[in-house]
Parts: sequence; structure tokens; C-alpha cells
Amino acid sequence: MNLTPTLSFAEEIRKRSGEDVNLCYQCGRCSAGCPTSYIMDVVPHRLIHSIRLGREEFILGSKTMWLCASCETCSTRCPRDIDIAKIMDNLKILSVEKGIKTPVPEVSAFYSSALNSIRRFGRIHELSMVTEIKLKTHQFMRDLKLGLQMMRMGKIKLLPETNATRRGIVRDIFANVKKREKGQ
Amino acid sequence: MKYAYYPGCSLHSTGAEYDESFRAICNKMEITLDEIPDWVCCGTLPAHSSSKLLSVSLPIKNLALAEAMGHREVVVPCAACYSRFKKALYETEHDGELATEVNGIIEDEYKGSVNVIHPLEAFDGIDHNIIKKHIVRDISNLKVVCYYGCLLTRPPKVMNFDNSEYPMIMDKIAETAGATVLDWSYKTDCCGGSIALSETDMVLELCHYILEEADAVGADAIIVACPLCHSNLDNRQPEIDAKYYIEHKVPILYFSQLIGLAFGMKPEELGLHKHFISADSLL
Ligand code: SF4
Ligand code: SF4
Repeated sequence: MNLTPTLSFAEEIRKRSGEDVNLCYQCGRCSAGCPTSYIMDVVPHRLIHSIRLGREEFILGSKTMWLCASCETCSTRCPRDIDIAKIMDNLKILSVEKGIKTPVPEVSAFYSSALNSIRRFGRIHELSMVTEIKLKTHQFMRDLKLGLQMMRMGKIKLLPETNATRRGIVRDIFANVKKREKGQ
Repeated sequence: MKYAYYPGCSLHSTGAEYDESFRAICNKMEITLDEIPDWVCCGTLPAHSSSKLLSVSLPIKNLALAEAMGHREVVVPCAACYSRFKKALYETEHDGELATEVNGIIEDEYKGSVNVIHPLEAFDGIDHNIIKKHIVRDISNLKVVCYYGCLLTRPPKVMNFDNSEYPMIMDKIAETAGATVLDWSYKTDCCGGSIALSETDMVLELCHYILEEADAVGADAIIVACPLCHSNLDNRQPEIDAKYYIEHKVPILYFSQLIGLAFGMKPEELGLHKHFISADSLL
């Protein structure tokens, strides 16, 4: 029996996030306060433990980080000062990098549609963003009534707020980020 | 008093009445808000879930724009934007290499001279008589609870914003406005935030608990300081009612609308007609 955990995955997470999962003593406070743990397949403290054990494939295939609402309750309450929310972000980034199919496609559809909106206009344009999410997830009826009411109230605009300056700013930022991340 | 102003995407759309009411009360108190003309989105949840460099660069670019306008303080009313700005500052202040890299990405140089503040901090920092002297209407019959949500206070080492589990800053301001502020235990619980677009059911459940607790302590309204909290608690309330077979009917007001009411402003000036749950019962 090998009781020594594979440290490489924990080390990878430490390099990316600056957070050391080996500090965790499994008190479970992160999971106790987590508002979305009830729909996660691996609750936060078990996820942290799995990272220590090097269970990379198991973790990167889980729903947990995709269901994280980034509320930061775990990071605030961890007695070992581990920023668990930051680890959740890094797990999402890593799983996309490795080309793993996300088990919660609605969440990644939201992320990519929002980023497309920012990249195209400089600011999020709800109408085109939501349309893109619907096209990606095939949930055309969802929130339709709500959306129409919000348009009537003037809370969702027909046209994006954009101009050449803003488009230029985001175009450069997105391109420069991509260049640097590719060069890593 | 004069501040640079970063409204963010929500205050120009789904949270339009937060923008309107905040501008209206600032105007009354002779606080000038100088909107950064070409501000861009802070990147919010989708950016920090996809790329650290992107999530830090977008806020820093906006700070560089405010700095170039000669401002030393930028007011950020959206709790989600505010959190991204503070995170970006925290990351770059603790990592010089990252700061240099980000300046390269934004093709600009942020020198670090701009302080990021939330309107609640701005009001907390001024003499409350500036607020009090404009009050013309007694709203003491209005019983309210203040809901801070996640992003204003957490994590405390980054946000440095009041007590992270039991903040009081909004309670104090609501009290200054004349409302009767109740104690409750859901001040910093999560409403589900921007995950509403993808995990709606979860958001309905989280918001249901918040509304239930507000009902239980006898609140007439919930006071908020974040457009995402507002959207979830107000727009989705009819859905929550249908799902849980109840009738909450709790109006959700921005703190700026509450202050505006005490200032005797008309509901339309404060965007109160843009709510799903009518605030008429409070008027
Ligand atoms: S709160 Fe911190 S120490 Fe406790 S189980 Fe979670 S990560 Fe580990
Ligand atoms: S940040 Fe994510 S994992 Fe942590 S408590 Fe909030 S929802 Fe749960």
C-alpha cells in the first residue's frame, strides 16, 4: 500500500494559484459554508483532499468548480488561510487548457458568451450575450418572459454601447493576453 | 466633492435604477461623479474563471484611464466590479512582475495613485450631517434589513471592507436616512450572483432563503448595494414564489433609492418603477 500522495498535482496547483493544499487539515469549514455544495459532486474539502492525493483526472472531470458561485465564503473562513475560491478558478482554467469537456455546459456557455461580448464591444451587451448562450445551450424558452419584461423597462438595451476607442482597448488587451499565455 | 465614476455594465442595463438613484442623491448632496468616458467591462466572473491576466488587466486599464483624468478616487457602485478592482490591485501590489506584465498588456502605465471606493464607503467617510440636512421625509415607519451579499466583504484580506460576517456600514447609512433597521442573519449570505444565467434553480433556492428570513424578522423591504443581488432577489421573485408556493412580495431597494425617498424625491427620479416587485406599499 502506498500512503505517500502524488505531490505533482498539488505542486501544479500551487504554481498556478499560489495556494498550498497541503496546509489543509480537513476541518470541513469550506464545505459547511458553501452555498452550492449541495449540488456539487465533490464538496470543497474533499476536492482539496483529492488534489493532495494527486487525483487529477477525477478532479478535472468533476462538476464542482463549474458550480462554484465565487462567493468566497470558503476562502474567508478557512482556518489555514487557503484561498479555495482561487483554486476553483485555476481548476476551470486547467481543465479548459487540457481540453476536458465540461460536465456543466451551461456555465461555460455563459463564460464564453460574456467574454465574446466584452471582446466585441468593450462592454457586456446582455441581449446578444443571452442570445449566444441560448444558441449554445438550445434553451430558447428559458427566461424569455423575464427578458421581454426587462426590455420593456429599458433594463436590456437593443443595441450595444460601443465605439472605436473601447473596441480598440479590449482588442489590444485580449490579443496581448493571448500572446503572453501562448508564450508560457 | 468629486470622484471618478465607474458604473460598469450592469448599471448601464439591468441595474439602471441604481445608476439613476445614485446620481440623483449625489447631485443633491453636491457630489460630482465624473464618469470615465471610455471605461470597459471589468471582466467579472467569466474573466477570472478563464484567465488571471485578463481578469487583472481589465480593471487596471480602467484605473489607468481614471488616473489619466487626474482622479485620485474612483467610485464603483457594483459590488462585483468593486471586488474585481480590489482583487486586481491586491494582485499587482503583491506581485511586481505581474504589475509590469499588466502594464505591457494594457499598453499603458498605471502608476497606482487611484483609490477604489464603494459608495457606501464614500458616504460612511463623510459627515453624516451632509446626508441629514437633505432629509425632508420621515421614513421611520419603514422596517428594513440590509443585504450585503458576498463580494463587498470577501475575502477580508483583499476587500478590507467592514466586518466580513456582520458588516454594519449600510445599516448605519439606512439609519441615518431615517429607516428602522432590523437585525437579521443573512447579511452576507450568497444569492448565487452571476451564476443565475446558468444555474437558475440554485439561485431560486438561495434567494428563497434570504426572502424567507427577511419575512421572518418582519422587514418591509430588503436594502441592497449590488445590481446582481438586486436582479436575483427582485426579478426572480415571481419565479421563486411559483416554485415554493408562497407569496413573498418583498420590495428590494438600492440604498441609494432609500436615501432618495428620505430626500423626498419622486419614485420616477429614483427608478422605482423599474422593479418587478412594486415598492408602492412603502410610499
Ligand atoms: S476550511 Fe481550509 S483547512 Fe478546513 S477543510 Fe477547507 S480547505 Fe481544509
Ligand atoms: S467560493 Fe465557491 S466553493 Fe467557495 S464557498 Fe463559494 S461557491 Fe463554495
